[in-house]
Amino acid sequence: MKTLNRRDFSVDFGLTLAAAILLPITTARADDTNMEVHIDNFVFQPPELKIKVGTTVTWTNRDDIPHTVVSAGKFRSKTLDTDDKFTFTFTDAGDYKYFCSLHPHMTGMIKVE
Amino acid sequence: MSGHDHGEDGVSRRKVLECMTWAGTGVLWTVTGGVPRSLGIIDSAEAATAAAPGMTFLQISDSHVGFDKPANPNALGTLEEAVGKINAMPAKPSFMIHTGDITHLSKASEFDNADRIISQSKLDVHYVPGEHDFLDEEVKFYRERYGRGTKGAGWYSFDAGGVHFIGLVNVVDLKAGGLGNLGTEQLAWLEDDLRGKSKSTPIVLFAHIPLWTVYPEWGWGTEDGGRALEYVKGFGSVTVLNGHIHQVMQKVEGNVTFHTARSTAFPQPAPGTAPSPGPMKVEDTKLRSMLGVASVNFKQNEQRLAIIDTPLQG
Repeated sequence: MKTLNRRDFSVDFGLTLAAAILLPITTARADDTNMEVHIDNFVFQPPELKIKVGTTVTWTNRDDIPHTVVSAGKFRSKTLDTDDKFTFTFTDAGDYKYFCSLHPHMTGMIKVE
Repeated sequence: MSGHDHGEDGVSRRKVLECMTWAGTGVLWTVTGGVPRSLGIIDSAEAATAAAPGMTFLQISDSHVGFDKPANPNALGTLEEAVGKINAMPAKPSFMIHTGDITHLSKASEFDNADRIISQSKLDVHYVPGEHDFLDEEVKFYRERYGRGTKGAGWYSFDAGGVHFIGLVNVVDLKAGGLGNLGTEQLAWLEDDLRGKSKSTPIVLFAHIPLWTVYPEWGWGTEDGGRALEYVKGFGSVTVLNGHIHQVMQKVEGNVTFHTARSTAFPQPAPGTAPSPGPMKVEDTKLRSMLGVASVNFKQNEQRLAIIDTPLQG
């Protein structure tokens, strides 16, 4: 019994140790590599986002009117109806200006470092 | 009456320029010598009587078939009510124009439903597209249905009752940060289309987004609309009919009357009165007073034009 317990303990301990080492990294990665932009009231929120190379940005349309997310020559979403999402992963550094091709006064910026 | 108007032309015109009108009920507008006069609130029967002589055509706009959000869960139903209203008019109009956003999401089924209802008017319909009509992946449904015989993205002209009608497209190739867009190809075509026309020919320009700048903060205007208006400057009677903003608005500049029609689907807020131009939810009992159609009457020789906005109710 004791041997068994000790073995269990050591397995548990090993997993806990591994988790303790991995978790902060995993958490940090989740924060940095997935960012959100919401469309509310014909506005991209936040209007400007600073991210690291490799980050995936997800836009969600929360308006009752369809919108698009378009950056000339870089990315172009389909028409996003209410609650539809568009995701794009930024693999190159640079400034990405984008807009809604249906309501061009709606503009936003992703700065990738 | 017209002598008096001419005498005060400058003053009246300035007053009109200062005044952007959005009406809650049917208002009969007559235009004499380029100056509109409101003859007061009328019911649709009186309006039809007043507009009987000359040529009358109808404008419907922004039917957004497929829209089912709280501002109006049944946009197809209110379109049907609008067509019912048209069919009940005592004098049959010559034809109808639709100033775009026929559908909400450019689905084939939405175009089919719109056509099924609008065809019940048994009128010829001249369409221009709204941005909501070009949303299908291949951007083909609108063109297949309504693009025959048109140029570019769907612009064209025709003559009816001595009036020259020009349907323009200002919803494609929109630039980031900008407004509606006609583009150089369409403008060149327009200039050519007007060449050689007698300056006494009444001109009607119609397009989805207002050709004049209503409220740039919400994108309500056309970047190069001013260039189109340059081309019609010398004409004695010019009427610009638009949709997109889902409310009645009118202004006069010289010989040009600008007018926007109500939607048959849902109202939008007056400029700057809400956080966004999105669909405005109003009390159910109020909705139909904010939806409707417009009828436009030309009386030849008198150079007189009347635009009557008729709500679905009230």
